[in-house]
Amino acid sequence: MAVRMMNNKRVSVHTKTLTTEIWARAILDSFKKLDPRCQVRNPVMFVVYVYSGLVTVLFIQALFGKGESSAAFIGQVTAWLWFTLLFANFSESLAEGRGKAQAEALRNTRKQTKGKKLHQARHGSVFDLVSSTDLRSGEIVLVEKDDIVPADGEVIEGVACVDESAITGESAPVVRESGGDRSAVTGGTRVISDWIVVRVTASPGEGFLDRMIHLVEGAKRQKTPNEIALNILLSGLTIVFLLVCATLLPFSIYSIHMMGQGTAITMTALIALLVCLIPTTIGGLASAVGIAGMDRLLRRNVIAMSGRAVEAAGDVNVLLLDKTGTITLGNREAVDIIPVGNFNVNKVAELAQLASLTDETPEGRSIVVLAKQKYGLRGETSEDHKNFRFIPFTAQSRMSGVDMGEMKIRKGAHDAVTKYVQSLGGVVPPSLKDAVEKISKSGATPLVVSCDEQIIGVIHLKDVVKGGIKERFMQLRKMGIKTVMITGDNPLTAAAIAAESGVDDFLAEAKPEDKLKLIRDYQAAGEMVAMAGDGTNDAPALAQADVAVAMNTGTQPAREAANMIDLDSNPTKLIETVEVGKQLLMTRGALATFSIANDVAKYFAIIPAAFASTYPALGIFNIMHLGTPQSAILSAVIYNALIIMALIPIALTGVPYRPVGAAQLLRDNLLIYGVGGLLTPFMGIKLIDMILVALKVV
Amino acid sequence: MGADLRESEFSPSDKKWGTHEFHLFDRRYHHVRCVDLFDLHSVKRGTDVMIDMAWIQFSLYLAALIGLAKPLGVYMAQVYEGNIPHPMRWLSGLEKAIYQLTGQGKSEEMSWKNYALAMLTFNTAGFLFLYFLQRLQGILPLNPQGLPAVSPDSAFNTAISFVTNTDWQGYGGESTMSYLTQMVGLAVQNFVSAATGMAVLIALIRGFARKKMETVGNFWVDLLRSILYILLPLAVIWSVVLVSQGVPQTFDRSMTAIVVQPASTRVFSEAGPTKDAQGQIRAEQTIAVGPVASQIAIKQLGSNGGGYYNVNSAHPFENPTPLSNFFEVLAILLIPAAFCCTFGVMVKDRRQGWALLTVMSIIFAVFLVIGYSFESRPNPLIAQLGVDQPIGNMEGKETRFGVGESVFWATATTAASNGSVNAMHDSFMPLGGLVPLVMMLFGEVIFGGVGSGLYGMIAFVIVAVFVAGLMVGRTPEYLGKKIESFEMKMALVALLVTPFFVLSLTALALMTSAGKAGIFNSGMHGFTEVLYVFSSAANNNGSAFAGLAANNFFYNVTLGLAMFFGRYWIAIAMLAMAGSLARKQKIPASAGTLVTHTPLFIGWLIATIVLIVVLNYLPVLALGPVIEQLMLNQGMMF
Repeated sequence: MAVRMMNNKRVSVHTKTLTTEIWARAILDSFKKLDPRCQVRNPVMFVVYVYSGLVTVLFIQALFGKGESSAAFIGQVTAWLWFTLLFANFSESLAEGRGKAQAEALRNTRKQTKGKKLHQARHGSVFDLVSSTDLRSGEIVLVEKDDIVPADGEVIEGVACVDESAITGESAPVVRESGGDRSAVTGGTRVISDWIVVRVTASPGEGFLDRMIHLVEGAKRQKTPNEIALNILLSGLTIVFLLVCATLLPFSIYSIHMMGQGTAITMTALIALLVCLIPTTIGGLASAVGIAGMDRLLRRNVIAMSGRAVEAAGDVNVLLLDKTGTITLGNREAVDIIPVGNFNVNKVAELAQLASLTDETPEGRSIVVLAKQKYGLRGETSEDHKNFRFIPFTAQSRMSGVDMGEMKIRKGAHDAVTKYVQSLGGVVPPSLKDAVEKISKSGATPLVVSCDEQIIGVIHLKDVVKGGIKERFMQLRKMGIKTVMITGDNPLTAAAIAAESGVDDFLAEAKPEDKLKLIRDYQAAGEMVAMAGDGTNDAPALAQADVAVAMNTGTQPAREAANMIDLDSNPTKLIETVEVGKQLLMTRGALATFSIANDVAKYFAIIPAAFASTYPALGIFNIMHLGTPQSAILSAVIYNALIIMALIPIALTGVPYRPVGAAQLLRDNLLIYGVGGLLTPFMGIKLIDMILVALKVV
Repeated sequence: MGADLRESEFSPSDKKWGTHEFHLFDRRYHHVRCVDLFDLHSVKRGTDVMIDMAWIQFSLYLAALIGLAKPLGVYMAQVYEGNIPHPMRWLSGLEKAIYQLTGQGKSEEMSWKNYALAMLTFNTAGFLFLYFLQRLQGILPLNPQGLPAVSPDSAFNTAISFVTNTDWQGYGGESTMSYLTQMVGLAVQNFVSAATGMAVLIALIRGFARKKMETVGNFWVDLLRSILYILLPLAVIWSVVLVSQGVPQTFDRSMTAIVVQPASTRVFSEAGPTKDAQGQIRAEQTIAVGPVASQIAIKQLGSNGGGYYNVNSAHPFENPTPLSNFFEVLAILLIPAAFCCTFGVMVKDRRQGWALLTVMSIIFAVFLVIGYSFESRPNPLIAQLGVDQPIGNMEGKETRFGVGESVFWATATTAASNGSVNAMHDSFMPLGGLVPLVMMLFGEVIFGGVGSGLYGMIAFVIVAVFVAGLMVGRTPEYLGKKIESFEMKMALVALLVTPFFVLSLTALALMTSAGKAGIFNSGMHGFTEVLYVFSSAANNNGSAFAGLAANNFFYNVTLGLAMFFGRYWIAIAMLAMAGSLARKQKIPASAGTLVTHTPLFIGWLIATIVLIVVLNYLPVLALGPVIEQLMLNQGMMF
């Protein structure tokens, strides 16, 4: 949680300094986007664009006294049609604004970099100073203290602290070293201690930073599948309304012929009707909604590689979560000490404490704390025991401990310690098995403690489930998302943790290939699977998953395989990613519903007005009692333009998402955006009409 | 159907008498009418009773419809899934024999493209056969009347009309088509065009039911099973019921009768006034008979609607009694309603079928009530003349049915794409006439045609599901199938084809002199008539508002095109959708899935359908029936 708070602070500082700049740029860009090449990409707004041009011609004609209506009326309609376009452009520019500003900041980081290109792939070789733009994939560079990493790469030698704040905003430095899961470095980050030798993995323009710049800028933004489908629906509606309006002219002429009174519907009125009817509200805001969705992820420090990934996140119905770091705190905590044989619990606690004094792992520290708090032992420090020889944990021995003169204290995994004691000729007390099993069954890890050839007790190391995670999973269940815990633990331990944390299912003793198989099985059953991962061995599973979030601290292969990168490296954020995806889709649906529902009121405003001269009887449909036919048409056009502006906040922040079931979401959204969409324009148009009449502008 | 031919002999001022006077010359009808006239005095006292009777009839009808929908729907699902129910299994030998005869042998599954190709091939062959049958009927047998060849444009129009299950008739049936044409041509198409629609629907349902499959079924098998196990048995049952009510079933030639009042023969006689040896005007009437009952049964069951007689089921031989009326109107909606249940069974979630049936029933009931409330009221202009109209607006209605059954038929026949009539929709009050018009403008999805109604409804469902699905934050899905851009494209093709042809062809007719020449009525009633005729054709209904001379080159061709595209564009789009859906994975439902059988979704689907129709057609409805009613209220009439 601390991490998130810090990010929020950083973002808000950013926001304040950027706001004025973003607005100024957005206004400028709204005009720039009037370029027809820009407009043609949005079919709904392109129709508005074409007809705005046509009305402008009618206005010029009217200025010369040959117009079909007064120049003042046509002029105002013309102005508001152009405003409609500008408002739509403005929403898009505003959504792009933050990304553009961030991209600019990133670009500045990249510019000044120089790299030390090594002649041979080893530390100490001679190097040339070259510009980062000249580095190619496969070349070797040396990065020393205070150097900027010139390109993405993999550490092949050395270990260093790296400040990645330029990309993540996280000021705490991270360690990067050769081999293992922490070997990836990113161009633009800074080494703050020691040195590393890096093999470049990305040529200029293809690096992580470059991709990030592209992504946040929205330069390469492609329409997502749902966006395309929605666009087809909107284009279909636009075609219908084009047809409805085009055929009104002959119908109007025929009516006049039959009734012997009135004048044909004017082109201005027809175009006004058309623009009001076609779904300009959602058409104008759709692009902003999509950009804002990616931007919301960015604010949570998650970079989506494509809009498609964000949408897919909304569809996810199975979440694969790694136990450690996601469901439980990364470290286990000692909660109890159980003596075996004839040993006194206090004696065991004392020896365990001694064995853990220099053990800097969280587990080790928690043993010291437990001994002090529960058994009242003084907190011994390692300085008091200078003659002690500490034995660190190794993967081979799977034990750690201390040698105090002749006395050898060890703690470690059950089988490792048992073997060790037996090798010294000791006997395993029968009560050990019971103690170990009891702890295992409760989902915890037993840590066996020995003194010389005797086993003296067991430390109960408990996995600590993160606070609030159970409630989180309950919400997910309500949203229809199944959670599956992945762990290397044995099934017994896994089951206990699963029960405590409230996940729906678990995969115990999971190997990387098991993970891949699990994802494939779920996908074969039609489920959409999301997972988070960081290690190289996660890469195949990440590539297979529908939504894959790689930790920024992860390896290069993991980051390549994923379609999102979490800069904070916080696996719990997978859940937030899902929410952002859902919010994006909901916002689109809600605005589309609102936009289409609006049309009913617009018909009531324009149809009686357009046929006022032929059929005064249609006046009974003027239920809003709008002033004059001209004020009615103008009010509808103005409403249509202003509603885009009014809805920009919703487009950018998204429809509020609550983790409830689909039925309730639908009911609430239908009520607000469906019924609201029917009623709002009646009030809006009436209000605008009253103002127009009061101002006597028509 | 079309009463226009005869209408063309009216001057506009005669029109308002409509079909009444025609039947004065029918002996049987004359008798009925005399009784009614006699009864009229007592009717006034019984008004309230009659209106109550209408509600009881409506309720009884809907109960019978929904009660029969389930068993028939389940039966049909079994038929299409290949598990022919035991009582009908004796027909499967015949089915196998037909496959062997036609070289189908072991019928293989088809991709959607092959399915569509088979459907089009079959329908093209049907079209050509029907066209040449009409053109050559003069020299072919079974033509006791010696009727001549049908004109090319009329034959084109009629061929398309029957192949597309529209059964619009620009001609008078009994006086144009020989027995051979009626039986081998039209009656056969009544079966196969209906079966075509059913087959397309079944392919679409399979698209939802299957997963990760390339095929959607075999067209020939679906077609044959539709006819053999569903349409034929039902038609036999209905024929027997209708014969019991007095509908003729004979191969005798028409009878000639001498009428009582020769003065009015100009209007009604088929052969025109003839003079006898003494030089006196002696009017004769030809009373057409023939294999009527069997054709009426299938025209009602198969949402065909093309009657044996020109005035369709207003004719006393087509529809003699209130009981025959009940069965005929039940037949209109029976199969379309039952298909909802078939759908539910085949996609293995019956609630989905009930949800769609509920949507259809609610919209139907609402419009029925609207229509009835306008028709059961007196015509204000006639009321001004001091004429009492205790049972509502009776202009153009049969007294043996009255307002209730007439409105009921009108709503049902236009809800389903049937198009048969038992009253003249043209003579309805403007807003009463709006009801059948709007029912057609719904795109024939409120029950709709057999098969075509439900696949049209599914196009609306796709749009409703898409928007609702987005609102719950998921890529929209229906029955576990993701609704993506391809499905959206196909659904929109289905929803846009009809408004496109209705609006553009209506505009074309009103802009050209050829189009305007056919309009009898002045003012906006003429506009409504043109709008109605194109709505009827593009939606494959075939119902006529009358008041329009449509048997001419302009209308024969434009209506033919509207019928053609209105049928096949939608059918092909739906088959394409079926193919795409069948290929897709089925997503298991979860709490995050949009449920599509709850009252909330039913309401949303109704709202979507109504909104789309309103947005498409509000201006034309305002300029047509609405303005007519408004002006009628002000004392103006067209």
